[in-house]
Amino acid sequence: MKYQVQENYLTIFLPSELDHHNAEEIRKESDRLIEHNHIRYVIFDFRDTNFMDSSGIGVIMGRYKRVYLLGGEVFAVHTNERMKRILSMSGVTKIMQIYEEDL
Amino acid sequence: MENTNEMQVTFDSRSSNEAFARVTVAAFMTSLNPTVEEVSDVKTAVSEAVTNAIIHGYENEIHKITIRCRTEGKTLYLEVEDYGRGIEDVQQAMEPLFTTKPDLDRSGMGFSFMEAFMDRLEVVSTPGEGTVVKMEKTIGKGRRLWTAQPL
Repeated sequence: MKYQVQENYLTIFLPSELDHHNAEEIRKESDRLIEHNHIRYVIFDFRDTNFMDSSGIGVIMGRYKRVYLLGGEVFAVHTNERMKRILSMSGVTKIMQIYEEDL
Repeated sequence: MENTNEMQVTFDSRSSNEAFARVTVAAFMTSLNPTVEEVSDVKTAVSEAVTNAIIHGYENEIHKITIRCRTEGKTLYLEVEDYGRGIEDVQQAMEPLFTTKPDLDRSGMGFSFMEAFMDRLEVVSTPGEGTVVKMEKTIGKGRRLWTAQPL
């Protein structure tokens, strides 16, 4: 797992499989970074990710709730077809834009 | 009966075993010659059921989870069982977005995902005794019922 902070943007490079096991660490570490760096925008980078279950949706929704109160947003980049399907069927695309390219 | 195959696996309710569980079931179902998509569907459903057992059934205590798999013809029958606290109101638990643990970032979509990715879902639970999630999926149906629509 890698995290990158640029001004008030946090990019989370997600693992190959985003399940409950991995979600716990991402939740803790990203919340720490959001708080310490006054993050307003969170970018979920799916370039290495080929599996996600509803725990991943929980991670996105949780981070959205955090930054939304500060006027922020969440984005997804580099999603493959499977990830796009999971994201759209969960309804999370109503609150999160998916971009094909880097932001 | 010919054309059937069975396996059973029991493991500790550690979150690190979620990946083990879905890979094991994926390996077992390869004899049905599934598409990549069908394997992903089953892996997602297994992951949801095992995660539920760990978080809700055992509330993060370490106990045993059992997965039973059977193939018959082109159909995979799958059961995920825990011997934990059980579910008081199964119907409510299965409602989309319902969760008892929103503080832990649970989306409440576990059962919805299982329903969406499998052909059949049944949940049998006895409070204080445990929960069995029974699922079925027929391989090679060549159809996708769910389209990209929100739940």
